[in-house]
Amino acid sequence: MLEKAQAEKIFDKVKKLSSVSEVEVIFSSTNHALTRFANNTIHQNVSEVNEVASIRVAFDGKTARATTNRFDDASLKRAVQSAEGIARVQEPDSDLLPMASAEEGKGAETPSRWFDQTAAITPAERAGGVGKIVAVAKKNKLVTAGIFSSSQSAEAIVNSNGLSVYHSQTSAEVSITMLAESSSGWQKANAPDVNDVDPVRLAEIAAQKARDSSGPRELPPGKYTVVLEPAAVLDLVGFMFWDFGGLAILDQRSFLNNRIGTKLFGENITIMDDVFHPLQSNAPFDGEGVRRRRVNLVEKGVVRNLTYARGTAEKMRKSEYKDKVGAIQPTGHGFPLPNEMGEAPTNIVFITPGGEQTVDQMIAGTERGILITRLWYIREVDPYEKILTGMTRDGTFLVESGKVKHGLLNFRFNQSLIEMLNNVEAMGKAVRASGEEAFDMVVPAMKIRGFNFTEVTRF
Amino acid sequence: MSMKQIADWALNTVTQRGAGYADVRIVDHSQRALATKNGKVGHAGSTETLGIGVRVLVNDAWGFASTDDLSREAVDKTAAQALEIAKASASVKEQPVRLAPEPAVKIDWSNPYKIDPFTTSIEQNFDLLTRIDAELLAVRGVTLAESSMHLGRYEQWFYNTDGSDIHQTRVTTGAGFSALVFQGTEIMKRSYPNSFGGQHQNKGYELIDELRLLENARRIGEEAVALHKAERCPEGKMDLILDSSQLGLQIHESIGHPIELDRVLGYEANFAGTSFLTLDKLRKLRYGSDLVNVVADATEQHGPGLGTFAYDDEGVQAQCTPIITNGLFTGYISSRETAHTIGENRSNGTMRAEGWNRIPLVRMTNISILPGEKPLTFEQLVAGTDDGIYMQTNRSWSIDDKRYNFQFGCEIGWEIKGGKLGRMFKNPSYSGITTEFWNSMDAICSRDQWTLWGTPNCGKGQPMQTMGTGHGASPARFRGVKIGTAYKGN
Repeated sequence: MLEKAQAEKIFDKVKKLSSVSEVEVIFSSTNHALTRFANNTIHQNVSEVNEVASIRVAFDGKTARATTNRFDDASLKRAVQSAEGIARVQEPDSDLLPMASAEEGKGAETPSRWFDQTAAITPAERAGGVGKIVAVAKKNKLVTAGIFSSSQSAEAIVNSNGLSVYHSQTSAEVSITMLAESSSGWQKANAPDVNDVDPVRLAEIAAQKARDSSGPRELPPGKYTVVLEPAAVLDLVGFMFWDFGGLAILDQRSFLNNRIGTKLFGENITIMDDVFHPLQSNAPFDGEGVRRRRVNLVEKGVVRNLTYARGTAEKMRKSEYKDKVGAIQPTGHGFPLPNEMGEAPTNIVFITPGGEQTVDQMIAGTERGILITRLWYIREVDPYEKILTGMTRDGTFLVESGKVKHGLLNFRFNQSLIEMLNNVEAMGKAVRASGEEAFDMVVPAMKIRGFNFTEVTRF
Repeated sequence: MSMKQIADWALNTVTQRGAGYADVRIVDHSQRALATKNGKVGHAGSTETLGIGVRVLVNDAWGFASTDDLSREAVDKTAAQALEIAKASASVKEQPVRLAPEPAVKIDWSNPYKIDPFTTSIEQNFDLLTRIDAELLAVRGVTLAESSMHLGRYEQWFYNTDGSDIHQTRVTTGAGFSALVFQGTEIMKRSYPNSFGGQHQNKGYELIDELRLLENARRIGEEAVALHKAERCPEGKMDLILDSSQLGLQIHESIGHPIELDRVLGYEANFAGTSFLTLDKLRKLRYGSDLVNVVADATEQHGPGLGTFAYDDEGVQAQCTPIITNGLFTGYISSRETAHTIGENRSNGTMRAEGWNRIPLVRMTNISILPGEKPLTFEQLVAGTDDGIYMQTNRSWSIDDKRYNFQFGCEIGWEIKGGKLGRMFKNPSYSGITTEFWNSMDAICSRDQWTLWGTPNCGKGQPMQTMGTGHGASPARFRGVKIGTAYKGN
């Protein structure tokens, strides 16, 4: 893996190759391996080693970026010249700030997210884990498909204004689908420490879901009380956080335009962005190297604050919105410059209000409703009312009189996120969850009334 | 050092250590991505990535390793890593891998283009984008104008232990723009020539002129503003005409993905899903009406689609496969490993990888509906429709994991009454079941209305791979479609 001293040495070389006043290099280094299985067989098994230098130059209100994975002198020179060439022809932008300072890169540290045991996982060990998952499938007369991956990654940002930040971490991920004749079940987990991911336990839960949902029956579409497991919550709410950036407000593309400070969600909804949370992942700095801060996004249903890149904070202070958007300050959530999106919170933590219920307790307290394991192919139908469409998948059950009765054919939903977060009747303990449509978050299971299903599919 | 010498290091390492088969891909991929927002630079960057991927078959199981380091030491180490991974794969297997035979080939190929996009100046690129933004912002009410351009050059050297030596270069160009209008409690959007980045093809910079971007900017801005005063699209069962770009996406989601043989066989069950097109349906299922003729065509003759190439990423020649013939389901897209499961002794050449660091997967090439044989213009199609809706340009898309139930939203709709286009509708959407929908198609415009659209962002696989696919389509009419579901209950 690339180390901080190596990154700084390469940066010095890049700086010398450049003819302009400001230079920044974002380094990313990856060693990733993924073992994929289907039909109880490992059918794809891959690894990748890659190191990338993404060079940004800035001068006279102009900036551009060139990225390469070749670190020889000629390639670095070509990348520097490419970035300078792209920048040179631009019209000056009076809003472009000097690069971040060393001071802006300093601040709180995250817990260590590097685990030697995870970094050292071999192909044979991943195959061994898959073998145990397949054994669970066979014991249950099921067929399984999924992945077991492990990775090491490092990220460094060094600039000509004295900033130098570095983060490295490991990651392990297991995702399992168990397939029966007419049904399926699914589980997924991801953590920096492989010891926090238990393939056999995940396989047993997925197998039970596949067994319990066999012979699914049709229920007509309509509004139902639902119990969403954490992965289902995550994949839905993930669609709204791209709007929690200052630039989205300035661009008038956010559903929070004219809604900040209002009570948009239920009293029981409080959401933070907190990269320092022990269940979170990722680096403690943003795409400019600015140290992340905790941001109180939603408090008791009221949208309080947004996230800001440095440049966005400056623009917001001069804008017509400046008195309507809460605290305006760089929060360490900017994307690498130049970009169109500005910033977004990506380390979401739901703060539950107490009185948490387990999923089993939510089911026990439900007279008639639907238990949902996972959602699929979610897309935004209406950007301001935040209506989302998508499908249920891999474990959808009818709940009656406090008990799971049987599997259901999968539904299509068209549901406003705003309405949904006003209809949360119960929440579980917030856990680190992984889905497929959004980044990992710390979210609870939720019991929600009046969830809007519009169609039923054929399986 | 030649690419062949580098590849030979890897091939020699793995054959000496017992690989039954191996292939090597070295890829050099360069891109220029530019975007403007409200006339200012939004994104400005170039990217180049070079590396090698080694795929090996050992003990009837696959292993793959890749690196960005092309030194002798790193390539040997990567080849050895691929072997170790394959041996681990072999410890959990129910069925051995069976590869359909394929003759060795030596070829050098590049897609045709007139103007190498990398010879155009960045100043020229930005100038066009900022002028488009200015046109959009000249329309009172437009709150956000965004334009983008994406140029690419993908060069690949492929070698395998059968003796193939294939060098291919694909030059791609893409561009588009959109206008957003925020008023009251709604955000409306119009895009041109397509949403999500516009049109993309295996062409040079000549595509930019052909798209007539600047000439269409004012109209698109005006439509985005006008949508705020339009009525919401009604709900109910109606006749539906789709423009060719939306029909292209409809093909992508409800034909292109379900015909992927790896999905059918369960390889994607954990992520992208499976398919309703189980093997028993081949040459038996009425997929669509008699007018529905769909091909998977990667050959140069089909056009400059993002799915056009000479050889796929396991060395199989590009082919044209009939997928739906006069409504009957007649073919899957396959690989050397999966061909035997449908009784074929040869792959139909659809294995494609995102880059040097990914394995090839069964992927869409150009999955296109053939135009109607009888002359039919769009105007004639509308004139023959008494009561219906015309929808243009995708806004949202969703389909279940077996590709049965779909729902699409479009940016704009138009009422059709008595054979004429009438009122504008906002928030149009439609939904249905794949086979019912394609069986309801009763008219499709002829070749002069046919466009080969590029979808540059198709996701599949773990780790995720993004691939460009092509979809040719003419405007077509569907009878009795469920309209307006997306807003039902909201």
